[in-house]
Amino acid sequence: MAEFLQFLFSGLTVGAIYALVAIGFTLIYNASDVVNFAQGEFVMLGGMTTVFLGYAGVPLPLATIFAILATTAVGFALYRLAIATAHEADAVTLIIITIGASIFIRGAAEIVFDKRFHSLPPLFSSDPIRIGGAAILPQSLVVLAGALIILLLLWGFIERTLFGKAVIATSANRIAARLVGINTQIIVGACFAAAAAIGAIAGILVTPITLTSYNVGTLLALKGFASAMLGGIGSATGAVVGGILLGLLEALAAGYVSASYKDAVAFLVILAVLFAMPQGLFGKAKVERV
Amino acid sequence: MNVLCAEHLSIAFGGLRAVDAVSLEVPSGIVFSIIGPNGAGKTTLFNMISGLCTPHDGYVRLCGDDVTGLAPEQLARRGLSRTFQNLQIFPQMTVIENVMVGRHRHESTGILADLLHLPVVARQNRRTREAATEALSYVGIEAMAERPAGSLAYGNLKRLEIARALASEPTVLLLDEPAAGCNPVETAELENIIRSIIGKGVTIVLVEHDMRLVMNVSDRIHVLANGRTLAEGTAAEVRINPAVIEAYLGARATREVAGVAG
Amino acid sequence: MRPVDRFRGLAQHRLFSLVPLAVVILLMPLMFTSAYYYRVAALVFIFAIAALGLNLLMGFAGQVSLGHAGFMGIGAYSVAIGPTHLGISPLPSFVLGAMVSMLVAIVVGRPILRLKGHYLAVATLGFGVLLAIAFTNEANWTGGPDGMTVRHLTLLGRPLRGAEPWYWISATTFLVGAAFALNLIESPTGRALRGIHDSEIATRMLGVDVAGKKLMIFVVAAVYASVAGSYLALLNSYITPDVSGFLRSIELVAMVVLGGMGSISGSLVGAAVLVILPQALALFHDYEHMMLGLIVMGVMIFLRRGIVPSVAAAFAQRRE
Repeated sequence: MAEFLQFLFSGLTVGAIYALVAIGFTLIYNASDVVNFAQGEFVMLGGMTTVFLGYAGVPLPLATIFAILATTAVGFALYRLAIATAHEADAVTLIIITIGASIFIRGAAEIVFDKRFHSLPPLFSSDPIRIGGAAILPQSLVVLAGALIILLLLWGFIERTLFGKAVIATSANRIAARLVGINTQIIVGACFAAAAAIGAIAGILVTPITLTSYNVGTLLALKGFASAMLGGIGSATGAVVGGILLGLLEALAAGYVSASYKDAVAFLVILAVLFAMPQGLFGKAKVERV
Repeated sequence: MNVLCAEHLSIAFGGLRAVDAVSLEVPSGIVFSIIGPNGAGKTTLFNMISGLCTPHDGYVRLCGDDVTGLAPEQLARRGLSRTFQNLQIFPQMTVIENVMVGRHRHESTGILADLLHLPVVARQNRRTREAATEALSYVGIEAMAERPAGSLAYGNLKRLEIARALASEPTVLLLDEPAAGCNPVETAELENIIRSIIGKGVTIVLVEHDMRLVMNVSDRIHVLANGRTLAEGTAAEVRINPAVIEAYLGARATREVAGVAG
Repeated sequence: MRPVDRFRGLAQHRLFSLVPLAVVILLMPLMFTSAYYYRVAALVFIFAIAALGLNLLMGFAGQVSLGHAGFMGIGAYSVAIGPTHLGISPLPSFVLGAMVSMLVAIVVGRPILRLKGHYLAVATLGFGVLLAIAFTNEANWTGGPDGMTVRHLTLLGRPLRGAEPWYWISATTFLVGAAFALNLIESPTGRALRGIHDSEIATRMLGVDVAGKKLMIFVVAAVYASVAGSYLALLNSYITPDVSGFLRSIELVAMVVLGGMGSISGSLVGAAVLVILPQALALFHDYEHMMLGLIVMGVMIFLRRGIVPSVAAAFAQRRE
């Protein structure tokens, strides 16, 4: 039982990160039909930038803010320079562009930072809290709380502000939104920026637990995508549920089946979802018009 | 013998009955037209008959065999062919290559022979090209054989799709709004093409909005409205059917027409 | 018939375009001043073979595979594991690798190819990464992340050491592979595949077993990649799991798109660019990943047609 609880805790923690990556995916996908592979790099940039600014002597709270801002800028630049320039290319082209972007960002990180693993001090103490025979790090609770706060803020913003309504409109029908005067370029750009910020925050929150390095982005992107697929691509609720579920599945598989194939779980999930239930848990099936 | 028949075909999309218990029988060698206002379910009916969607209820029979729910490629191999309302030509291939794909079910080389380009493949290519050229001349565009299909004018693209469907030597040819977007000259040419296709022994089922074309060329007309059969008969019968007039023009117009006539 | 007309007739032959290439292959070694050149050229042809296979799948049939390096991995590890762990000599191992790739392609391809668009892209990506993970983890067989050595191939009693024999082998194989591809284009299967590329629905409606054809070309592409992977392992005498990794798969896609989707010579051009650039430009070598990322983005945004079709179009315009 203690063992199970342990897996549960670690699964929830990492699941919260997957959920945040998936939310970033969904935000961008809804606004622009782009599956953004660079989403994982935003997480990496958040953590790594904070770490290296810290090494450079910047006080951590300031470093954090700067890292988030820098990553947000990268997200917006990705949209402006790569996506918008591609002028409504088809889905596969767009996904390959974002893959290229993620490789580029990763390559830049390799050079600007380094290839080692780095950590950040946790927000509270590093002494684990014991619950029911299992240990949970205070930082895990920070991650979970942080994820919840972000989700609530995002939900509030989308549902309650005029800008949020414009996002909904753009997601529903880009052309119609343009016709009623919404500047969809700004909206989509803002979604990219927001997704980047969310990713960066996730990265900063989780680095004290999982450490960070220049190449954590790729796997994270794939797992975030798996979560979004599991929940139903395009559904925000689905992204969260999918993320948590994937985190739990991964932790349980690592614990009870095989630790070295832990990363394979996400791919098996992708394949299983695509074959058994392509619209995911909360998504809608698509119909092709002839 | 009926070349095609549908019995109580029904399909619903999320609560909306797009097609509701439609039955029809198409005897061999005629032009059978399906007409109706927008949203009547004509293309959905076509999609069910040609295997693109599975009916929730009812049967489709092709030359007596139950083919309900079979995939499009299986129906094609049994002699059913169709054109599409939203053109589905192959823009990256030449005009004649488009039609050559239509010969597929009469070609017999496998991938190994194709990779090695054995002599049998060269012979097959020649035969296919000849048949394709013939189909092109049937619809009058053989002069454009080597042009990229994407460069053709809209009216010629419609003819290309017909040529391609004809190349498969179907028993039944479904034409989905062939006159859509065509000017009167093109529509008149289409009429001639349809007549000569019937002359070859192919049965045609036509979905069309252009009433002049329908009235001129159809042997039987089946009227759909709101997914249900409204009427069926010859052109003359359908034209004066009050229910049909009402469906197209509305109840008030029907009264006006009746007032004028009566 | 006048000699000029006979030549013109020959020049129309579908395989004629291979003649200049064959000439280049024969004459190029005259410029090679050391084994290093043979090696780079061999690498170009090896990747060109894999890119050509992928091009058949992406350029002609209009599908996408972001996990194609996985099949290179199967071919590579077959010629490594066969002699080392199973006592099978390299040549039969090579054939066995191609057969295993074929089998895996059939099993995985059936379900995966039902998907389209970004779903297909991600599914193939997942497949490729899964294979890479397996190669990394099964250290008993594969030597794990550090890889394993590969024994030399022995042909007619002589072990093939060094890059020179591999230049000739890979170049000839590419010619043969290109001949197959050219044959395929002008054949019933090829036309069906090209139809699938433009409209699956119309192709189905003409009686083509679309699912079956897609699977066929997926298998062909897998075998091409497997052959290339085996050659790579035998050339390097060493293999690591990167051979089947995500970056390698994306590189293959970049080669296909850069050279020109649907262009056979484009596969060679794309492979040449992405193999030679890191070797030639030290700048490129240091910033390898950044450069790859830039190339991928640049090609997909600005040069989606690829080099060869763009150049061909420019020439055609000039002539008019």
